Amino acid sequence: MCAVCVINVNTVSKNNARDNKRLVLGCGALVYDLTRLIKQNHALSEKVELQCLPARWHNEPQLIAPAVEKLLSERAHKYKDIYIAYADCGTGGQLDSVIEKYGAKRIGGAHCYEFFAGTELFYKLNKQEIGTFYLTDYLVNNFERLVIVGLGLDKHPELFDVYFSNYKKLVYLAQTENKQWQKDACKYAKDFGFSYEYRFVGTGELDTVFKGIEFNAVEAK
Amino acid sequence: MSDEEDFDLNDLDDKELVEQIQDDLYDGLDDEVTEGTEILLSRGWDANDVLGEALVGGMKIVGVDFRDGILFVPEVLKCAGAMKGGMSILRPILSESAKDTSLGKFVIGTVKGDIHDIGKNLVGMMLEGSGFEVIDLGINNPVENYLEAIDEHEPVIVGMSALLTTTMPYMGVVVEEMEKRGLRKDVHIMCGGAPLNQEFADAIGVPAYGRDAARSSEMAEEYVRGLRNKREHR
Repeated sequence: MCAVCVINVNTVSKNNARDNKRLVLGCGALVYDLTRLIKQNHALSEKVELQCLPARWHNEPQLIAPAVEKLLSERAHKYKDIYIAYADCGTGGQLDSVIEKYGAKRIGGAHCYEFFAGTELFYKLNKQEIGTFYLTDYLVNNFERLVIVGLGLDKHPELFDVYFSNYKKLVYLAQTENKQWQKDACKYAKDFGFSYEYRFVGTGELDTVFKGIEFNAVEAK
Repeated sequence: MSDEEDFDLNDLDDKELVEQIQDDLYDGLDDEVTEGTEILLSRGWDANDVLGEALVGGMKIVGVDFRDGILFVPEVLKCAGAMKGGMSILRPILSESAKDTSLGKFVIGTVKGDIHDIGKNLVGMMLEGSGFEVIDLGINNPVENYLEAIDEHEPVIVGMSALLTTTMPYMGVVVEEMEKRGLRKDVHIMCGGAPLNQEFADAIGVPAYGRDAARSSEMAEEYVRGLRNKREHR
């Protein structure tokens, strides 16, 4: 396994007592959304330390649970509570086993598309077209790196059909309203020969990762 | 494994040529693999031996390096494409071959709700290379498709694939239905897919979990050979 690469996002104020710290450990693909949510809430930014694992593991989910386990085995004792900003994300329950071991909590759902869209909408979209390829803000913004290069299509465009022959539609589940990204996503759909749908869903259920923290804060008063 | 030197494959002796085909397969060079396959056949090699030693042998090296993180999915897919080139030459000969080396029929498919088939296709190719007659049901298969295929083809093994955490539990539905119909005593079941593991296979009552394409193929082969040995010793 490759070494755990962690992005530390400075969100905890210096005067925060160590024993009051909460760790939010999440996917690097969520870093902008998590940071935004934390900064919007002063109470959270006072007590949350955000760390993110590499976003490219979106394509290599087998690396997620072992990395979370390694990190928590080394650092869990430093935090009052631990929140995992991942869904199952293709770990087949392996992440849940780690989470259970450390008494942590995670966002519900199978993957980020589900918690961004909300379960009901996600399954509705999936029912409408099972061959749907989903993009989020992060994936649109990093499409070249994570999809084209990540799947080796830059070097081997002939592999396109191997990866995508069963897909018919691209749905962009947007977290923010960004005209350029909408234009880009539409172009990617056209390039891939897919129909296109834009859905502004915001951060959906991502903020549930912070609910426990807020509850604890109220409880402590 | 790439070698910049340009040379004629015809100049290599058999052993060197087999190694070269394995190297070319590793590098995803389908034209070279096809040419090497044709040369071995023209030298009087049995198609089964070309398949086993050069192509399957090469893919096994690919499988090990994929498992060890040396090769990644795009490279493996290129290797598979190269193997397909060789297989396209061998398949008609193998199907007409009087020598019956078939290990039996293997029904394989991605389960309902899931459209991912890269892993399934790799397994199917390796199984074919090992000597199975592969019946590929494709993607998004409800339990009825598996049952109909079992009735029609009487396979020795049924294999199920899934990439999504949300779709893998459906394998349990297929297992349950096979159990109800008393099919499990005659048909072995295997499963595979990125989010699966042995614990999951145990939980749904699937006796064989294949962690990758090469291992899945080996396990299927071991099962059939074990079965035949048991029958011979009765």
